[in-house]
Amino acid sequence: MFLKVSLYISLVIFFIALIYKVSTWFRYKVGIGATEISVSTRFFSAIEGILLTIFSPKILTLMKVFVLDVLLQFRILREDFLRWVMHIFIYVGFMLLLLMHALDKYITASLWDNYYSTVNPFMFLRDLFGVFVIVGVIIAIYRRFILKVPRMFTNIMDLYAILIVAVIMLSGIFLEATKMVAYSDYKRMVDEYSGLSDPEELKSLEAYWVKEFGTISPNLQEPIDEVILAKGKELHESSCAGCHDRLQWAFTGYGTAKIISPIGLRIDRAHLPGVLWYVHILACFVGLAYLPFSKMFHIIASSVSLLANGTIGQEKIAPANRATLQAMELDACTHCGTCSLRCSVIMAFEEITNMNIFPSEKIASIKTLACGKELSPQELRHIQEGVYLCSNCYRCTVVCPAGINLQDLWFNVRETLLAKGYPESLVLSPLSFYRGLMKEETVPKDYEKPLIQAREAIAAQFDLIKKKDEVLPLTSTNKKLQSGLNLSAQAKTFSVCFGCQTCTTVCPVVGNYENPQEALGLLPHQIMHAAGLGIRDLAFGSNMLWDCLTCYQCQEQCPQGVHVTDVLYELKNLAIKQVRERTLQSTERK
Amino acid sequence: MMEFALFLGCTIPARLNQYESSSRAVLKKLGVELVDIREFNCCGYPLRNIDFKAFILSSARNLALAEKKNLNVITLCKCCYGSLKKADYLLRESASLKKDVNETLKKEGLKYEGRIEVKHLLSVLHKDIGIEAIKGKMATSFRGLKIATHYGCHALRPSQVVGFDNPLAPTLFDQLVELTGAESIEWAMKLECCGAPLWGINDQLSMNLTLKKLADGKKSGADYVCAACPYCHIQFDKVQKMILSNGNENHPLPSILYTQLLGLTLGVDRKVLGLEMNEIPISGIEALLKKEEELAQEKALAEQKENKKEKESTKQ
Repeated sequence: MFLKVSLYISLVIFFIALIYKVSTWFRYKVGIGATEISVSTRFFSAIEGILLTIFSPKILTLMKVFVLDVLLQFRILREDFLRWVMHIFIYVGFMLLLLMHALDKYITASLWDNYYSTVNPFMFLRDLFGVFVIVGVIIAIYRRFILKVPRMFTNIMDLYAILIVAVIMLSGIFLEATKMVAYSDYKRMVDEYSGLSDPEELKSLEAYWVKEFGTISPNLQEPIDEVILAKGKELHESSCAGCHDRLQWAFTGYGTAKIISPIGLRIDRAHLPGVLWYVHILACFVGLAYLPFSKMFHIIASSVSLLANGTIGQEKIAPANRATLQAMELDACTHCGTCSLRCSVIMAFEEITNMNIFPSEKIASIKTLACGKELSPQELRHIQEGVYLCSNCYRCTVVCPAGINLQDLWFNVRETLLAKGYPESLVLSPLSFYRGLMKEETVPKDYEKPLIQAREAIAAQFDLIKKKDEVLPLTSTNKKLQSGLNLSAQAKTFSVCFGCQTCTTVCPVVGNYENPQEALGLLPHQIMHAAGLGIRDLAFGSNMLWDCLTCYQCQEQCPQGVHVTDVLYELKNLAIKQVRERTLQSTERK
Repeated sequence: MMEFALFLGCTIPARLNQYESSSRAVLKKLGVELVDIREFNCCGYPLRNIDFKAFILSSARNLALAEKKNLNVITLCKCCYGSLKKADYLLRESASLKKDVNETLKKEGLKYEGRIEVKHLLSVLHKDIGIEAIKGKMATSFRGLKIATHYGCHALRPSQVVGFDNPLAPTLFDQLVELTGAESIEWAMKLECCGAPLWGINDQLSMNLTLKKLADGKKSGADYVCAACPYCHIQFDKVQKMILSNGNENHPLPSILYTQLLGLTLGVDRKVLGLEMNEIPISGIEALLKKEEELAQEKALAEQKENKKEKESTKQ
């Protein structure tokens, strides 16, 4: 009764949660394309896409992906052998336990007429599969906490996943072991199935079980008379052996039973087998009911992601399906950290402390963003910075074991965030080259906005350049600027500038304009001079800084050996750092 | 046997596969062994605008990874080349910077001592392999082909750091282009920037610089512009196409990667060279390769000359 009720409750929760989760794939809006597409359009477009794939030659690709990537998990194998072993052990072991052991009434019993959970090969296999899972979990713990795979972060969901599997497995083994030693279980079986009533016979059988099966009896103690044992064996063979193979075959349970045998009687008196049964069953049902909300949902979502992305390939997909796919991919992420391990720009984290630089952490932030949670401007800016700090090398997408098209996700989210209007200084770095190449994929009217906003935000911090009438005191040499410009030990050279203007003359950017000062603010030689005077705001506010090609013409030709380009680089660094500090603080204040 | 750690960077694997495949094929023909180091990360070039430390750490990590394997680095990208060179230079120059950087690298069990060298593909071809050795491997050559050779800023400058060639009058790349039988034309803007560093930041400015340069190349009679850097090439190829499709009436000056150009004369399969993968078509260039009959004729002529010489010398 308890079993049925709790099973049905957990199944109902599971299915409602499953429907809810899948519905989010159609409801959550991830990127720029997603905002204007209705839920029903997305739903029917997805159905259409699936049907078109199934009834086309692509079905072969789909089947190939299913076997290689979903079942055999080649994508994990390609990345890391140990991890593949870990995952295969857990997943094969758990699946087989589910089919053969948990669903034995429906599957195993209908396939094999002679099925009893207590005869071989079933009894042995159950323990073997359990060992698979435990070995897998041990490798998982080893990788996370001892080997400490670089840039693999452990969050609460990762711990839950390890914990729930461990509880199910350990409670199962201990349940088996305590049942082996428990006298009352033995007694119940004898009463129900043996049909023996003669006390002498009962005693012989009990003796045999104590000796051979590890039952801990309150009545009997070894050594036991050989004659009684022989009688017991006879009785065992006639009434028990048909359904009971030697327990040694259930090696994990038997081993544990041997260890706990000294307290066997107390275990029985405390009704531990009953308690463990509840623990085992409840852990399974909790796992089932909570599955759609936990990391374990990747069993479904990652498979869908692999199948979808495996068949889509390089082609362009309908905007409605892209929106659905990206919402689904957020669930497909297992937080395995492969992307962060292979990420090209990870070293930036050493200087710019923002967890969103790591792809594996970025995706969690995007999830919060997608489900429509209100985020503070500061949180949004941190996500924006993390998403922008990406060299667009596609490596994360190539290595993702769940086949998620991370690159496209970043691009899409980047555009959505930029459209929110928080200025992002990083758009003024060559990281924007990719955005320029993808210009046609952006919303045309919004393309220039972030670039303008970033320049405006910087100019707003350093507005001295706009105050043309302001008289500058010649004594205000900013020593801090000079000491700040020594990152590369070369940028100090601006002090030897004698104002010959060679740098400005050879600069292709300056040469591009009729009236360069109007477009660029200070020109290179003036920036060197401003740096010499320590008037940094004048330099920071000049467009020249952000329109510098870093072609090194100026530096190469300088007769005084001023490292003009290097100075410009460092001024940019300082400006970005200051704007970051100031505007992130101002969003905090809001 | 020459051996290098191949530093691909971010752009080539993601957006310019033909540069990787053609370079691998060409270097293999010329007997260069390439080692792939999976742990390589961004060279630091785009980060240098943002944060110096982020740049130097990124670069230094790559150098340390290569040093761990005792391999010199070969780069295909000039921006990667410039960044790695710069970082290497600074680390050699400043002991305190090196100490600071190594302190961070230690977390991953890495360390950079400065025992390796960073080279660009073109330097390897010119200095390590040598013009004559390449000529010896050539299957055919071009005739009547005019190339606007584009050096790329970060290979040439700052010359004090990179030491690639004479920064004001370089000839290294021209020699490499000419060895394929093509003519490397004289053009005023040869050493100017391609415009790529500003694409995505200030498109109008970037576009002006690119078009100005390409127009000069065309005016000077070039059939193709030739680059050996993914940024320059993408700027001349995809970005030029984007610009021209936006109502600019000009005909494009197509861009060919140097490894595609050389690969054709070395007889590398056109598919491996990815001739079809360029955005602005370049397959017309194949018509300018000398055919077998021509090569046979040339050979015969050369032999005749030899014979004549021999006869003359025996007469004397």
